[in-house]
Amino acid sequence: MDQLFVNLKKALLNFSSSLLPDWTVVLVSILISIGAIAVFGPFTMMYLTWFERKLIGRIQNRFGPNRVGLFGLLQPIADGIKMLTKEDIVPEGADRVVHLLAPIAVVIPALLVFSVLPFGRNMVAVDLNVGFLFFIAVSATTTIAIFMGSWASRNKFSLLGGMRTIAQLVSYEVPMVLSAVPVILASGSLSTVAIVEAQAGWNGFKWFAFTPWGFAAFLIFYLCGVAECNRTPFDIPEAESEIVAGFHTEYSGMKFALWYMAEFMNMFTVAGLSATLFLGGYQGPGFPSWIWFFIKTYALVFVMMWFRGTLPRLRVDQLMGLAWKFLLPLTLVNVFVAGLWFFIPALPLRLGISIGLLMLSFAFLVWLNHPYVPEKRVYQFAE
Amino acid sequence: MTPLIILAKAGVYFVMGLSLMAAVGVVTLPNIFRAALCLAGTLLGVAVLYIALQAEFIAVVQILLYVGAVMTLVIFAVMLTHRIGDQTIRQKNRQSVPAFVALLLFVGLVGSLLLKTPWSHAPLRANPIDTLALGRALLGEYVFPFEVVSVVLIAALIGSIVIARKD
Repeated sequence: MDQLFVNLKKALLNFSSSLLPDWTVVLVSILISIGAIAVFGPFTMMYLTWFERKLIGRIQNRFGPNRVGLFGLLQPIADGIKMLTKEDIVPEGADRVVHLLAPIAVVIPALLVFSVLPFGRNMVAVDLNVGFLFFIAVSATTTIAIFMGSWASRNKFSLLGGMRTIAQLVSYEVPMVLSAVPVILASGSLSTVAIVEAQAGWNGFKWFAFTPWGFAAFLIFYLCGVAECNRTPFDIPEAESEIVAGFHTEYSGMKFALWYMAEFMNMFTVAGLSATLFLGGYQGPGFPSWIWFFIKTYALVFVMMWFRGTLPRLRVDQLMGLAWKFLLPLTLVNVFVAGLWFFIPALPLRLGISIGLLMLSFAFLVWLNHPYVPEKRVYQFAE
Repeated sequence: MTPLIILAKAGVYFVMGLSLMAAVGVVTLPNIFRAALCLAGTLLGVAVLYIALQAEFIAVVQILLYVGAVMTLVIFAVMLTHRIGDQTIRQKNRQSVPAFVALLLFVGLVGSLLLKTPWSHAPLRANPIDTLALGRALLGEYVFPFEVVSVVLIAALIGSIVIARKD
């Protein structure tokens, strides 16, 4: 069971090599991996939309989609047909070429990052030497695509949304990368597979999240990941109560669906990367490795949707303050703590020192960021 | 294995052509925002060439720094500069023809120099360049130049903030 999909691919390769000439085997192997990702990505997106609507409905005391098919399971397909048949509206005076290219350009990085996620043992499309950096670099190009869309729409709300997106993505990328530094320090590699293998042991529970620095880094990385996906409470780029729909105000039909697809696939890949870096990826007892990966990833996706059902949106200054004044100093302290952890050999000593340092710096940063609240309100002109 | 090599070469030349076309777009397109997007395309094409040369780390850093960070800054600057984003700006003037002739001469000169130079070939390698070795070299053998570059960068950052400050 563990190697089910790997064996399936091998069988397909054997079958194709009996029909086709020898040199095509490499190509067929590449095509199978690409095909699997290209089918899996959009399929996941379809059912994540269904899952989100069901879950948010449950949180808000209603049913969610339940008319099309059993439990509304066919709802995503009905939505897909609706999207395809909708009229494609391009605003007057928009830059037509860039307007068309932007939603395409946003889906490409969202699909590309799937290639370095280890879905299970031996189940990674490309085991790049620099897998983690590849993920960060490719997802950083999303900003350009979003900005293309917002600029080409020639709409004030779109442009405001685009500006907000860039400010947010650039800010949250810094603590996101820095929070992963201890993991790279611990595993001695940038390859996602090597990072997962470094968490083997303790019957599959030797996760980095169970160390003090790993726990802090996991929370920071996950929060920054939520911000990178533009999800609530970090969704000021598309805040509907302020700027209509942000950068995708002027999109309709399938182009709009592509924006949505990129967002949901980013959700999945960010949750998957968090699970890979901190929750041991496909490591776990009992079940096959890929089931463990999906359990962890969907649990993290579930928490993202739970956030959306629970938390109100942050203000712009609060959002920037959280990244630059709170998360960034905390990650720097965390890198130092991780260094101490590997330097001090005795377990009680290093446990005490690292937990103490992290708690202390957390409390100090919270105190520093305390907003100024005047004790007594003074109304100068009211009376 | 020859058909594979032909395919790989065709792919590399295709990417080279695309990035050259994007580079031409950078200097000819009248709309400055589109020109900036073309620049991003060129930089991405160069990153793909790095991957084809098995320098994965350099390729990823190229995408991270140039496409992710520098291009974002460029586009941000274009947007914040009033009215540049909307206008169509002429990208040529009366000196285009002499400039083109000078460019041809320059390319001919450099090309002949490049062809005459006996380049030392690195041995063909099966594995991509090791990031670990790169890190060790940067923080071991070359730690002094590395630190000097960091100090210069910090000085430039502080200097730009001092200049940009109004009061």
